[in-house]
This record gives sequence, structure tokens and C-alpha cells, in this order.
Amino acid sequence: MEMSQPATTGTNVANAKKVGQYVLLLFLTFLVLGPFLLGLWTSLMPTADISKGALWSSHISLDNYVAAITTTPILRYLLNSLVISTLTMLFQVLLCSMSAYAFVFLKFKYRKQLFMLFLMTMMLPFEAEVIPNFSTVRSLGLLNHYAAMVIPFLTAAFGTFMLRQAFMQMPVELKEAADVEGLSHWQFYWHLALPYTKVSLMTLAAYSFLSSWNQYLWPMLTTFSDSFRPVQDGLRQLQGQESFNNWGMIQASAAIVVIPTLIILFVGQHYFKAGLNEGAVK
Amino acid sequence: MLQSLPRNSNSKDPGAQSAPVRLSTTAQWSKDNLYVAIFLGPSLLILSVFVFWPMIKTLYLSLFLTDNLGHASVFVGLNNYMSLFNNPAYLSSLGATLMYVIAVSVLTIILGMLLAVAAQQRLRGIRFFRTIFSSTMGISVSVAAIFWLFAFNPSVGVFAQISQALHLPEINWLADPHFALLAVIMTTVWMNLGFTFLILFGALQQLPASLFEAAEIAGVGKTTQFFKISLPLISPTLFFVLIVTLIDAFKSFGLIDLMTVGGPNNATNLLVYRVYQDAFLNGNYGLASTESVVLTAIIAVITLIQFKLLGKRVNY
Amino acid sequence: MTITLEQLSKTYEGSNQPVLKDVAVQINDGEFFVIVGPSGCGKSTLLRMIAGLTSISSGRLLINGKVANQMPPKDRNLSMVFQSYALFPFMTVAENVGFGLKSRQLSATEIEHRVDDALAMVSLSELRDRKPKELSGGQRQRVALARAIASEAKICLMDEPLSNLDAQLRAKMRVELKQLQRSLGLTVIYVTHDQVEAMTMADRVLVLNDKKVQQVDTPVNLYQHPQNAFVAQFFGTPQINLLKADVVGHDLIVDSVLRLPLIQMRLNDSKVLVGIRPADIQIKVGPQQANARVVTVSYLGDQSVITAVLNDSQRFRIVADSQLQVAADDLIRIVGVKEFDVFDMNSKELIASQRGDVNDATVAATEF
Repeated sequence: MEMSQPATTGTNVANAKKVGQYVLLLFLTFLVLGPFLLGLWTSLMPTADISKGALWSSHISLDNYVAAITTTPILRYLLNSLVISTLTMLFQVLLCSMSAYAFVFLKFKYRKQLFMLFLMTMMLPFEAEVIPNFSTVRSLGLLNHYAAMVIPFLTAAFGTFMLRQAFMQMPVELKEAADVEGLSHWQFYWHLALPYTKVSLMTLAAYSFLSSWNQYLWPMLTTFSDSFRPVQDGLRQLQGQESFNNWGMIQASAAIVVIPTLIILFVGQHYFKAGLNEGAVK
Repeated sequence: MLQSLPRNSNSKDPGAQSAPVRLSTTAQWSKDNLYVAIFLGPSLLILSVFVFWPMIKTLYLSLFLTDNLGHASVFVGLNNYMSLFNNPAYLSSLGATLMYVIAVSVLTIILGMLLAVAAQQRLRGIRFFRTIFSSTMGISVSVAAIFWLFAFNPSVGVFAQISQALHLPEINWLADPHFALLAVIMTTVWMNLGFTFLILFGALQQLPASLFEAAEIAGVGKTTQFFKISLPLISPTLFFVLIVTLIDAFKSFGLIDLMTVGGPNNATNLLVYRVYQDAFLNGNYGLASTESVVLTAIIAVITLIQFKLLGKRVNY
Repeated sequence: MTITLEQLSKTYEGSNQPVLKDVAVQINDGEFFVIVGPSGCGKSTLLRMIAGLTSISSGRLLINGKVANQMPPKDRNLSMVFQSYALFPFMTVAENVGFGLKSRQLSATEIEHRVDDALAMVSLSELRDRKPKELSGGQRQRVALARAIASEAKICLMDEPLSNLDAQLRAKMRVELKQLQRSLGLTVIYVTHDQVEAMTMADRVLVLNDKKVQQVDTPVNLYQHPQNAFVAQFFGTPQINLLKADVVGHDLIVDSVLRLPLIQMRLNDSKVLVGIRPADIQIKVGPQQANARVVTVSYLGDQSVITAVLNDSQRFRIVADSQLQVAADDLIRIVGVKEFDVFDMNSKELIASQRGDVNDATVAATEF
């Protein structure tokens, strides 16, 4: 009997604390999701109502989506981005893992110096090199083509660095056993090194896909037609072309672009998190 | 029989192992070189064409006046640099960039930390909140710009509606030189939150629980635990996030082009945007190259600091 | 400082399987009380419930007669030493020891005084300005101890504090810990999975298995009067032999070749488990009237452990003088059993014990 008193007040305090924690979490959720939800909501409203500043409309529909898909090249933009990002991702994973392999498992003169050179490129922002790169791409005749947006990013110093770390964490015995078995470098690379560093490869793949997907300045300089324009610059194009205040359709286009990425992100989050932390804390 | 067997295999082992290893180190040198060419060649080629060469070219161009096709015409030495640092417009651009970079980094880290700490709670459904908090990572520049352009819109945006409802003076965020940079800062921080949250959350999760239990038993309060235990322990991660955010902020271009086009009144004309304007809109490639070199120098210094401190760890 | 556990149970949220059921015991002032059990038996959970780090699902926890179920850890006036030591890596040894004291609002001189004393007590005074990573495993362990000492709490909880040390150091620390506990008059509750640690250090031991308390007793009693087969098997190296036996009249018959006459008891069951310590079996080597065959012999210096097999292939261990000439495949005869315990076949609970020598244990020779 005397026992029940303190026990219940204890649970009351605990419950109050829990409620407080949920309130905080919901508030933060609102901050993070606010702009997104607002955009998503308005994408379902007729532009006429949005322009009046209304937050509610009796004509909730997918009309804006239909309009965006039928009257704008938004799907073409998406396809362009998908092609560019996928190619960039595949090549980066391949070339970065190959150069990382060389730095870890091959012995050659000036290995250290070459690696320092690779590291140095991490200090050089691409944004500061667009002028000469633009003339290079122009003189190669690659302007307004997928190649212009893929070739400069076939490899990355960051990716090489990250995979080098991953390869160095492989147990030495693995390489020694392979040497005893008489495996060639190519066999070891393909059958052991790559499978062993799967998580890091996935992380790099996600990272390179996302960075390619988010490119803005470079495609803006090198593409002039809808057939090659990626989605980031495409959305900009839409805002310029469409009567400036067609908010409903612009929001619908934004939603069409963002929903697939969010789905990929949520599905792949597990991998991404593990990899990111590995890279960050090491 | 049984006793003699292990001795046999013992005497065989070292010879069987050491012989091929010794052979391989010398004989495989030249064979390795072929592999080096295959494994390293492509990457080296790409980096040379698109990173090293442009850097040299940019340095070179920064010492010249250029014609409107971008060819060097007159050698001017460091004159481009001199005029750059005497140009009030550039200096104000540099100032705006610094303000932007610092504000973005500080706010990103504070808010990201708040999210990360909140997501540590052991509650039902916490996974849902964690997913939400990391979600802005999947939102690209142009989409973020559209969301926030709408929010900042002077006639239909939420900010305008709120200030109207509260009878506050109306702010035309993106058209007002005093507020445009703030608007871009807010948008950038929002975009950064997902990534920052994920990294900081992961770092906090990895801290050993027993440290906090020990503190709990000793009667150390939650706030002290956070500042005296969590913060020092995740300082390497905080530092990593800081560097990444700083570098990203210095390189900002997309949001500027999408939201303010450098205006109003050059209030948001940050470094990269200026390079773009001077090179591709004004055709002044020499000057733009000079500005590129300055940008590179800034980022190189930050990266060097990172490399230096990364080896040491920050606190212990 | 007494601690009373009354029917303590723990069920984690979202699960309907309890991890601890009805633990009841009183721990006395100044006692060195060890909680022992195999991994996953819930011993750490029990300790964390006492510390207040894990909530109590049902039952009562009393500290000095006061109900402490809802009391926050800091108000329980206890200290804890963790298996991982839980040292703050960026603080010096002295800062680690003094960290908790600051939040107790003690004066600076008082804190300094306590830190100095505690460090002196574990002979770490010279290393006070080192960081944990500059210390050896044993030294880190001492820092964790010093922190507990400096808190001046009279109850100290220890969660496998020695398990990260090498065997020699562990043996040394056992003695030091015990001395420290005596001289400070601490009530120590000590969790371990190591039966040797439990036997050598404890005043009393609580044996935990399968979510339940198996027995609470002094080390001597646990060894000599185990209340069930689990406790019997848990203590003693090599392990006690548990053999299936038939009750035939006034005898226990194992594998039809080993007869143990029941002198002081009557059994109702027809099948039981008989527990015999390896040291309590006397054998003769040789084929005459043999009832077992040697499988392996492990030489341990002053004695040998022999594994042998009975007629129906039940294996058992014998501790014999290492002078005894015996090798694998030799035939042996069990000639005597000093004492044995009888356990229920199903519940594994103790039914009866027989003390005093059984001299003629052999029924008949076996044909191997």
C-alpha cells in the first residue's frame, strides 16, 4: 500500500517527460518537413487558389502532375539525369577502386608522391576550374552532350582515398593467401578485394550518384537543349518558361523530381549510414 | 608415427612459404608496372585533363588580360590580383561570402546537433523521426529552391502570411538587400541538415553507454553529461562536419542562381557566382581566373588544416 | 548498508518473456556478495536494476530499508565499476576520479583530498596526470576503482571488473580487491561469469541461471551441498560427473557395471542422476574385473585428469595422482566412491546426498 504511492507519481513524471520528448520531436519534424509538405500540398491545389494565398482548396487533384508530365519535358530531364548519374556512378566506382587498389597492393616507383598528388586534387574545387574545363570540352566537341557531363567525373580523388582506406583494412593474410594460391592482381581485385569492401563501394556509389544528380553549374554551362539537360537545370528552365506564377505546376514538377530520390534514400539509408560513419570517423 | 608427423610438416613449412615470397618482390616489379598502367592510368588521365591542367591554366590566365574568347592577350603580372583586392565590389562579395559561410556552418551544426540529440531518445517510433531528420539529404538544389522560393514569395508565401496575420512589417525577403542573404542562408542550412544530422547522430550512437551510466551514478546532470562527455568525445566528428560544411558553403552556386541571381544589389553575389558572372556573362576570363585562384587558395587552406588535424585527432 | 531484493522481476518492453524472475535475497552490510552465472543469465541486468540503470518490472528493491524502485541512480549512494572501466578518454586520471565529485557540490579542497587519497590507495599517485590511453589495462582498472573509492559510497557494484585483464593480473587483483573491500568496509556486489572468482572472493554467492536464482550460499556450501545439478556442475574443476543411474533395491546401478549402495537413504524414483566429484573416485588400473576404459589422460603436474567410459558409453572424469601409470585404452576398475549426490532426473533438484566411503563399488567386470 505505502509502496503504490511513490510508484505512480514516478510513472506520471516519466509519462510527462515522454510527452515532452514527443512534442520536441514533432516540432523538429515540422521544421524539417515544413517546406517540403507545403510544396507537396500546393502541388495538389489549382494555381488560381494558390495565387490567392489560400491554404485550402475544394479542388484537390493530381491535375498539376498531369499538366507537368504532358506539357513539360520533365520526364526527359529525369531520364537525362538518370543516364548521367548512373554512368558517373558506375565509372567512379570502377576507376576509383582500381586506382585505390594500385595504391594499396601494387608496388611502384613514386607511389607515395602520386598518392599525394591525388590527395592534392581534393583541395582544388571544380567550381574554380570551370573556365579551362569549358574550353577543353568545347574543343573536344562535347558541348551539349551526355559526355560533357560524365567524362570529367569518371574518377574522383575522394573516392580513391575512401576505397584506399577500405582496402588497407583488409587482413594482410588474405593477400598472402592469394599470393600463395597464385592469384593474379586482376583476380584478387575482382574476386576478393571488391566483394570484401562491398559496404564502402555501396557508399561511394550512393555518394557519386547523389553528387552527380545535384550538379548544377557545370550542366548549366555545357547543355543548351532539353534533350541533354539534366533535371536540376531543367527545373530552373521550367520556372523561367512557364508563366512565372504557375506555382501548382512548378511544385508538382519539384515533387516528381524529389519523390524518387527520397524513396531511394530511405531504402538505402542503412548502407549509407554505415558507410558514412566509417568514412567520417576514421 | 604420430610424433614424427608434426615435425615433418614443421620443417617443410617455412621453406614453402618464404621461397615464392622472396621471388615475387624482385621478379614482379616489371609485371606490376603493367598493372599500374591499367589500374592507375585512366584515373590519372582524367585528373590530369580535368583537374591539374585546368589549375595550371587558371593560374596562367590569372596573370593575363584575355580576349573575349578566353585567350591570353596581354601579360599583366599580378595586376589582376591587385585590382581585385582594390575593387570594393569584390571585397563586399568576399565579405558576404564569409558571412554566409560562417552563418551556414554555425547554424547547420547547432541545428544538426539538436536533431541528433533529440533522436537519441529511446521512444516508440523514434526510427520514423530519424528517417525524417535525415530526409533533406535527398532534396536537390533546384527542388529546395522551389520550396523556399514559394515560402519566401511576397504575396503567397508562408512568411508573408504569418507576418500579415501578426501585423508585423512585411518583408520582401528575396528583393530586400538586408534579407536576401539571410533567406539563402536559411535554405542552405535546411538542405545541409539531413547530412549533418546523419553524421552527428551516428557519432553519438557510437559513444559507449557505460560512460554515461558512470556519470549517471555519480550524479552528473544531463546537461553536464552533454557538454563534458558527449561534445569532447565527438569533437573529431564535429570538426569533420565543420570542414565539409565550410567547403561546401564556399562553393555555393546553385541556390544563388536559382533564388537571387546574385542580387539584389549584389547582396548575395558570392565568390563562385562572381566567377561565373565575370567569365561567362562579362567575358572577362582573366579576372574570373584570378577570382578562381583566390577561391582555390581559401579551400586549399581549409583542406590542409583538415589533413593536419585529422591525423592528430582534435582533443585527445 | 543492507540491500534487499523482494521478488524482483524484469521483462523488457515489447517482450513477454521475462529475463529475470522473482529474485529474492538480502545482502548484508560489509558483505562481499557475488552474482555468478553463465553469459545471458541476467546477472548484469540484476546489477543494473540495483544501480537504477534499468527499471524494475515488478518486486521491490530496498536500500537500507527504504524502497528504492524509483530512486534515480545518483540518490542511491552507490558507486559502480564497469567491465569496460568507462573512463573518459580526454580526461587525466585525476580528472576522471574527481569528475563525479564536482556534481556533488563538494569544495575544491575536499575533492582534491579525496582524489589524492583514492589514487594513493590504488598506488596510482604518480600517474595522476596521464590520459587513460597512456595506461596499461591493469592501471585503467585501478583508475576505475579509485573513482569508486573517491565517491565514498558504502555500496560498490562491480560488473565483471577483472575480465579484461590477463590471467596473472586477474589473480593479483582478486586479492587486492578483497583487501580493499575489507579495509573500507564496503558492501560489494560483484558480477562475474567466472566460478573461480566467485569461489575465491565471495562471502556469499548468488547463482543465477535460466532467469532464476539457483542457490544463495557460501562458497563452501555451494561446492559441498549443491541444491541442484546446475550448481553442482557450475563449481569445481574438472566438472562433477553427472551419470544416469537406475535404482535397484538398495543400490544405484550405473550402466549395469557400477554399483553404489544406498546406506542413508531410500529413493522412490526408478531413474535418477548421480553426481560424483572426479576427486572422489578411486580406481585400480588393470583388466581384472574392469568396468571402464580410459579414453584420454591429461597430465596436470601433481595430478592427472582421466576421462573414461563405462559400459553403456557414459563418460566420466577422474582426478588421480599423476604417479598413477595409466594410458588411453587401458582398462580400469572403479573400486570406491567417497561421496555422491542424487538429483531428480527431470527437475534436476537435489534428492539426497550420501557422505562416507563406498568401498566395493563394482558390480561386475565388463566385456570391452
